[in-house]
Amino acid sequence: MTPHELLIAPFDEFGFMRRALMACLALGLGAGPVGVLLMLRRMSLVGDALSHAVLPGAAIGFLLAGLSYPAMGAGGLVAGLVVALLAGQVSRETVLKEDATFATFYLTSLAAGVLIVSLRGSNVDLLHVLFGTILAIDDAAILLVGLIATLTWMTLALVWRPLVAECFDPEFLRMVGGRGRGPHLLFLALVVINLVAGFQTLGTLMAVGLMMIPAAVARLWTRTLTGMVLVAMGVAWSSGYLGLLISFHAQLASGPTIVLTASVQFLLSLVLAPGGVVLRLLKRPHLAQ
Amino acid sequence: MIGIQDLTVTYHRHPAVHHLTGRFAAGELTAITGPNGAGKTTLFKAVMGEIPLSNGSIDWHGLTRAQVAWLPQTSRLDRTFPMSVADTVLMGGWRQTGALGRVTRDLAERARRSLEIVRMRGFEGRGIDALSAGQFQRVLFARLMLLDARVILLDEPFAALDARSTEELLELLHRWRREGRTVIAILHDLEQIRAHFSQTLLLARHRIAWGTTETVLTAENLRQARTMAEAWNDQAAPCASDPDLDRSRHDAP
Repeated sequence: MTPHELLIAPFDEFGFMRRALMACLALGLGAGPVGVLLMLRRMSLVGDALSHAVLPGAAIGFLLAGLSYPAMGAGGLVAGLVVALLAGQVSRETVLKEDATFATFYLTSLAAGVLIVSLRGSNVDLLHVLFGTILAIDDAAILLVGLIATLTWMTLALVWRPLVAECFDPEFLRMVGGRGRGPHLLFLALVVINLVAGFQTLGTLMAVGLMMIPAAVARLWTRTLTGMVLVAMGVAWSSGYLGLLISFHAQLASGPTIVLTASVQFLLSLVLAPGGVVLRLLKRPHLAQ
Repeated sequence: MIGIQDLTVTYHRHPAVHHLTGRFAAGELTAITGPNGAGKTTLFKAVMGEIPLSNGSIDWHGLTRAQVAWLPQTSRLDRTFPMSVADTVLMGGWRQTGALGRVTRDLAERARRSLEIVRMRGFEGRGIDALSAGQFQRVLFARLMLLDARVILLDEPFAALDARSTEELLELLHRWRREGRTVIAILHDLEQIRAHFSQTLLLARHRIAWGTTETVLTAENLRQARTMAEAWNDQAAPCASDPDLDRSRHDAP
């Protein structure tokens, strides 16, 4: 097999592979920075919980319009935002912490979503919703994922400074009059729309895969925020490209292969990255000053 | 001058600070001390409007909220956060820049001067994860200086710092006093208080003593503060001097 056949031909010859690659690149563009901010806000698991919260809305979209990704995406967006706002409100008004409320809401959402899909669809439809169908993605879905990535960058440009300041020292931001609540809500909305983008490609169960794993890898490699965003996007893109190639040549399911490719990069980084284990254990001569 | 009048702050009806009255002297260094659980941090939070007052009032004597700055305990901050020293200090210019404004030449110059005063010039590009505890605290003091506040509240500012860093920051506190600023700090080191702070509030949920340091830190007052019960008494009767309760009693048919 020539390098061209191995690395380029699948995308050259098959439109569905090109569309899948486009979707992964657009997904990585938006999910990269959002994942880094989620991790720095210690909300990695909240992202995971929210990804499941998208399901009942998507299921209602499925009930109304069948396996239509725009309809399911819109339903998912509404459901995700409702759960994010409700869970935040409950944790502020009661003794429950945010992780407990998010866990409760996401389990409820997951159960409701599976129930709604099973009311009308077959097991195959349920698998599509849970695990995504990146190879069957159509132009409308690619446009939606691209739009979400564009919207993400435009919004982050507006709220980047308060989001970072609030991550680091929320009390100080409050003291100097920075309104932490508005940017936080906007950020939760960004998380949800990026999960909807991920849901189009990787399904609800793995939508968060290209958001959080690249962010964790980035944390191991660099100590600056800009560096983390760039590394996270790079990891998401390379996972999309390599994952699609591997799934094509080895005839594996593409969604899980993409996420596992990101996981392999995480494992390698755990060993090789400056923040990983090997360099920490390796004894090197200390500097003179 | 900040006047405190009959201030009470409660958690689940139990008083964390109980009917406190007094005043913080303007342009002086005041220490707040007392045993753990005495309500020192709660008092700061109440003063900064972070938690509601159950009773009483605070008289700011014309000061605005923007003229008061607060440095909470540093231990709550994530020192591995990917942020440079320069960006950390420039957070102090938030009121000028807001979310979108650019850092003006004047603001950058003030940030440089603040870093110079705390002897951290040359560290601007370094990540805060590479700083020692003392250096990090000095950076936070530099950030505080950008606020140009008239009243500065410090919650255990020298905790976990070595003698040299502490001495340098104490010198900065004296500099602020000479500039006419009011500095109020929560501290535990009584020798340090005696050496550097002219005024002291000894707190044990309620006021044990408040005034000049030598009249407050007496053996008898310190003994009284130490006898403060650490746990709340769940069987305690409602406070008789609570005006709301009085009113409800009077208003009752």
